[in-house]
Amino acid sequence: MITHGLKALAQALAGKRISSVELTQLYLDRIDRLNPVINAFITVDAGKSLAQARAADALLAAGKGGLLTGIPLAQKDIFCAKGWRTTCGSKMLGNFISPYDATVIAKFDAAGAVNLGKTNMDEFAMGSSNETSFFGPVKNPWDITRVPGGSSGGSAAAVAALLAPAATGTDTGGSIRQPAALCNLTGLKPTYGVVSRYGMIAFASSLDQAGPMARSAEDCALLLNTMAGFDERDSTSLDRPTEDYSAQLNATAGDKPLAGLKIGLPKEFFGADERTGCSPDVMQLVEAALAEYRKLGAETVEISLPNMKRSVAAYYVIAPAEASSNLSRFDGVRYGYRAAEYSDLNDMYSKSRAQGFGAEVKRRILIGAYVLSHGYYDAYYLQAQRIRRLIANDFVAAFKACDVIMGPTSPSTAFKLGEKAADPVQMYLSDIYTIAVNLAGLPGMSIPCGMASGLPAGLQLIGDYFGEAKLLNVAHRYQQVTGWHLQHADGLA
Amino acid sequence: MKQWEVVIGIETHAQLSTRSKIFSGSSTAFGAEPNVQASAVDIALPGVLPVLNKQAVECAIRFGLAVGATVAPKSVFARKNYFYPDLPKGYQISQFELPVVVGGQLTIQLGDLEKTVNLTRAHLEEDAGKSLHEDFQGKSGIDLNRAGTPLLEIVTEPDMRSSAEAVAYAKALHALVRWIGICDGNMQEGSFRCDANVSVRPVGQKEFGTRREIKNLNSFRFMQQAIDYEVQWQIATIEDGGRIEQATVLFDPDSGETRAMRSKEDAHDYRYFPDPDLLPLIIDSEWIERARAAMPELPVAKRDRFMADFALSVYDASALTGSLEVADFFEATLAVCGQTNAKICANWVTVDLAARLNKESREIGESPVSAAMLGGLIARIADSTISNNIAKKVFEALWNGEEKSADDVIEKQGLKQITDTGAIEKLIDDVLAANAGMVAEFKAGKEKAFNALVGQAMKATKGKANPQQVNDLLRAKLGA
Repeated sequence: MITHGLKALAQALAGKRISSVELTQLYLDRIDRLNPVINAFITVDAGKSLAQARAADALLAAGKGGLLTGIPLAQKDIFCAKGWRTTCGSKMLGNFISPYDATVIAKFDAAGAVNLGKTNMDEFAMGSSNETSFFGPVKNPWDITRVPGGSSGGSAAAVAALLAPAATGTDTGGSIRQPAALCNLTGLKPTYGVVSRYGMIAFASSLDQAGPMARSAEDCALLLNTMAGFDERDSTSLDRPTEDYSAQLNATAGDKPLAGLKIGLPKEFFGADERTGCSPDVMQLVEAALAEYRKLGAETVEISLPNMKRSVAAYYVIAPAEASSNLSRFDGVRYGYRAAEYSDLNDMYSKSRAQGFGAEVKRRILIGAYVLSHGYYDAYYLQAQRIRRLIANDFVAAFKACDVIMGPTSPSTAFKLGEKAADPVQMYLSDIYTIAVNLAGLPGMSIPCGMASGLPAGLQLIGDYFGEAKLLNVAHRYQQVTGWHLQHADGLA
Repeated sequence: MKQWEVVIGIETHAQLSTRSKIFSGSSTAFGAEPNVQASAVDIALPGVLPVLNKQAVECAIRFGLAVGATVAPKSVFARKNYFYPDLPKGYQISQFELPVVVGGQLTIQLGDLEKTVNLTRAHLEEDAGKSLHEDFQGKSGIDLNRAGTPLLEIVTEPDMRSSAEAVAYAKALHALVRWIGICDGNMQEGSFRCDANVSVRPVGQKEFGTRREIKNLNSFRFMQQAIDYEVQWQIATIEDGGRIEQATVLFDPDSGETRAMRSKEDAHDYRYFPDPDLLPLIIDSEWIERARAAMPELPVAKRDRFMADFALSVYDASALTGSLEVADFFEATLAVCGQTNAKICANWVTVDLAARLNKESREIGESPVSAAMLGGLIARIADSTISNNIAKKVFEALWNGEEKSADDVIEKQGLKQITDTGAIEKLIDDVLAANAGMVAEFKAGKEKAFNALVGQAMKATKGKANPQQVNDLLRAKLGA
């Protein structure tokens, strides 16, 4: 049962082969047993989860259930959930019980899903290894001496260790796709504005986007059906017709289901000189996946994203700038951590923030405050915004020549815990393939494409604006003829 | 001795009369218990987002139209970052590089002189909460009811040259924002607060002097006092060989002095940048035209129309257009008593009624004498049913709620003017017979005695006799 996809679980629930309470308990028991090793969850509250499961069972019994009714899901601890401790991986919010629901949480509640617990994450989503969490690093279920990626590392590890059938993540520079790649999951970051940000604790508002992390494109489609949609409480949410992503998974069929599909391969990823930025074993697996796609009828074309190389630099100006302002509300005045002793107001601010935030968060607040400060704003912030526009234009031009862009998700498989923790720039470079997608606001996915020395690698799919359905369809077709996504870490039992 | 020129620019925060806050659905009503009008968005819980209130934008458009400014087709909300306990997000959402209103002018009246004050801009922003420094076990309290209340910050060019001009501008602006219904103008409650940027320079010098900004002037009297003090302080400082340092100052009404709050050195770097949670504010021409169609006639246009249509003086027309309520009251009164009586009507509204209201500190909207009542009263003066003196009695009776109309007062109290020549002649005969001494004095050349005889005749009729007729007939009888 625990290796079932969401559709199979829904069928089991509908067919009364298992109740939601039983299913939820099954996962809670695994969490009890394995979370001490993996550290994927920050907060588990069996009472709350089982109460939701009982309500779901009542709905199912009355024949009023939907496809997600009764299905337990792990929620990244960045989403405010009413009555739940919501920490964002920080000591600053270690005592914060949210009095309200994020839109994403409210939508899953309305669909009858069960909140299985709040997953670990890099502090305020700032990190690529889940090592910046105040609640300790998450271990990669494929090798517990390695990182699961980040910032949605807890969600990724929870699903990879079969502690949850699926989870939510958020992606500001790769935080869904990179941990999905490192943990052998399918993860989707939608077009900016497709999923409401209301109640999702902001890291970099113009880049943050929530999305599903699961074991297949099929599961991601089902979750996105619930997550997506206009929300009047988020001014950047887009008012557009809703789509049925599940229904479009099989939009193409037949012997060559992807015939006519043009896959763009950026020479900035695959060029003879540029490809050295990626570990050869990962690149080999990516090439093999591309060969599989050609068998499905797709053709590959070379494209160019000339400003790609500037994306990390631009990102590390824009994201910290927004973060420095977004995190100002954590001041010890109204909620959250406040230093025990202080002499006056300024001392209260500085001690509360010095003690409440970790090193990476402080580093980014300092960078952000610096690039926004008088005399530096034009040289850094405005310049970064110009680069951001150039990068977006590169993609617009590229999508005139192709339908979907592919490449590696991460330049390497999961690295060792502590390996990059002392070198922020090395850590930042692990998002080199994913960051441009956020800067452009495009949808991106990572799907499992093989194993290198027993560790999973991810293939990244980048779509045009609102191309989620296309991406899911292209990913689903690959998953219909390959089995990489079905492999799971079994060393944990 | 050098001659000094004063240079003043004013920034005004006008609280907009919207039902809900600028970025949340909470009420903006004044005076509630602390923090009961503060939602998740207002207290900046983790994860909340702002949503712009269209009503606040409407107010900004109305203002832009009223001052002949450009309503920007695209403006941008920016974050102004600083820490303060009553600023929940650690930044204020304001507008910086691209404000919603650009330019515009306001005409001010100084006695008979008119002057145009140019506006730089007006932008939308949210207010902060309040820190309450009363004793809460030795701590400060925070009330976030006001946090997120919409403000329009209106900034002038440094166009004013005296405290009198500054006050005239502030009063004109105060009247205008109330006139167009975007601000209640309540200065005690902080709905309309001004900062004055003041500098001095030798007459003839082109460059401006260094300015100091007087913060939070919440009455016109304080504005005048604060600027006057500041100007003499700056001149004295320079004449004593000192230099003015750029600073923010506060006015202390008790001492009548201004004192520096912070100098330029400790000025904040607010690290403004466009707020990524809000899209640029796009105002299309249709929206502007809808707002234009809903605009009331503006004060200057109404004043000019009153002068042209009713032959009123600029003085009367200006007084009647000091507020929309007064202008509306005047027009409603005129509709009852008729346009030919515009001058009498203007006098009654701006003198008699105004004095009576003033005596009881009431607004014209609270007048017990309605426009219909006053119109009825003026009609009876115009058709000589009553004299001006009797009219004052009738007015008083109406004010005190004795009757519903002037006609009822006149009828019930028998105040109708006596105009029957026969009756007045008989009356005069009686007066002459009873006051032989006065008659003799008059005949001896004492003109005063004549007035005394008129007084006796009026007294005998309790003022109801037509004074002109009494005068004429008495002169005839006395052969004068």
